[in-house]
Amino acid sequence: MFTRKRKQKMHFKPRIVALGDSSILIQLGEEIDLAVNRRVHALASLVETSAIAGVIETVPAYATLLVHYDPLVFSFAQIKNILREKLTQIQENESRKPLQVEVPVRYGGELGPDLESVAAHLSLRVEDVIRIHSENIYTVYMMGFTPGYPYMGKLDDVLIMPRLETPRTRVPAGTVAIAGSQTGIYSIESPGGWNLIGWTPLKLFDPNSDSPFLFSPGDEVKFIVKRP
Amino acid sequence: MTLEVVELSGLATIQDSGRIGWRKFGVPVSGPMDVFVFRAANKLVGNDSNCAAIEIGLGDITMRALRDCVVAVAGVGYSVSIYIWEFPLWSSYYVRAGWTIRLNKLDSGMWAYLAVSGGVQTQQILDSQSTYLRGHFGGLDGRQLQVGDVMKSGTSSRSLHDLAARTLPEAARPLYSDNPIIDVIMGPQEKYFTDESIATFLSSEYSVSNTSDRMGYRLEGVALKHRSKAELISEGMTMGAIQVPSNGQPIAIMADSPTTGGYPKIGTVASADLPLLAQCVPGRSEIRFRETTVVKAQKKYRELIDGLGKIEDAD
Repeated sequence: MFTRKRKQKMHFKPRIVALGDSSILIQLGEEIDLAVNRRVHALASLVETSAIAGVIETVPAYATLLVHYDPLVFSFAQIKNILREKLTQIQENESRKPLQVEVPVRYGGELGPDLESVAAHLSLRVEDVIRIHSENIYTVYMMGFTPGYPYMGKLDDVLIMPRLETPRTRVPAGTVAIAGSQTGIYSIESPGGWNLIGWTPLKLFDPNSDSPFLFSPGDEVKFIVKRP
Repeated sequence: MTLEVVELSGLATIQDSGRIGWRKFGVPVSGPMDVFVFRAANKLVGNDSNCAAIEIGLGDITMRALRDCVVAVAGVGYSVSIYIWEFPLWSSYYVRAGWTIRLNKLDSGMWAYLAVSGGVQTQQILDSQSTYLRGHFGGLDGRQLQVGDVMKSGTSSRSLHDLAARTLPEAARPLYSDNPIIDVIMGPQEKYFTDESIATFLSSEYSVSNTSDRMGYRLEGVALKHRSKAELISEGMTMGAIQVPSNGQPIAIMADSPTTGGYPKIGTVASADLPLLAQCVPGRSEIRFRETTVVKAQKKYRELIDGLGKIEDAD
């Protein structure tokens, strides 16, 4: 069963489809999977380093790369051909070595208000939730939702939690959260439906800084437990 | 200083052509809701198409010129008066220091742009002057304009007299309407919907909800049905993409929308027709969608942009 599933994954045929008349979507898989996501980032860096005039920017996501292009420069057929060729040139090992970012986290307390209910829901001790969450090294699969927000995974299976039934209207910046097989950090104060388990003093987004973002898509992240 | 806000009841923000290059970090592109009007206003005053202008919607604004300048006012659903005269939209005007420029909202339409020769000059944040209200950055301190705000302008590309009294003829403008028919390119997730729902989407009327804003226009009509899942793993999206959450009511994402989303997209509005959608009146407009192809949509967009070259100087 396991091998059959692997095989299916390997055989996913990339799809290149239009999203309107000025964006094109390259789909490399159908699920959240680290190998697929690595190919997405490898393709993104290949497209970006090629500096193709008429390509405006790219947006890597879990299993897709969206390429925004200028329809006054390229027809859909032209950009599709260029990207089809880039697809054949993906060399995963040649892609940028991921940056490793350490993130200090104060788990629980006022800024991690769901830590205890998460532990209770999962029938784990609070200490175990902290240990398991901070043990793994996560990959920033993609960024979205708000400026600088990292969608990271994969979470250990024992920490899989549903989203909150009623999202909070206000979650402070720096709040570390989990939902499904993912973990994230709220980058600006915003509404949020994930389970809040901790808080980091690091600034994920500062529009006035020379380096406005703490993370880039594809980075690796390690949480460091800080005791109050 | 060139312009001062003296009265304001609408939503006014500073927008340039958009914040390009940061979408991979989750930063919305922002920029004008109606890119055609925005480009027309800039072109009328001899500016590059990426110069910042003032976007006004939902109400009125009165500005005072603090020095002689040329302004262009273009858009849908506004009347313009400068000093003591009423003027038409889609034209540029010589404004003397001390004169006021009034834009009053009429019943139809939604957005107008006031461009000044040399462009409005504010700090660049992430390579753009566009205001992103939710993120509290860009434009003037990341907020909407308020009475008392003063703005600088850059250097005019030509003499002010050369730039005044120019007009974009009506034939070169999109066919704005309160109830437009809007071209869409279907997909990429049209397979997520039943055949019946695709037919419904392309044949029924959708009203533009009152809850619409710069992030998205919510549409209300016959609910669309998903074959099974109403969610996919998140992927990049673009202005004009029409996503359909589980309640079956489509949302057309607009300038300030998040860069990625996890609802299936039934189609995307053609770039040439995005201005028609942008100028719909929330709570009143009823729209219909018509299927087009990428090839046709790109041709239509090229023709629309070429039309900006038809600006006429006064005789």
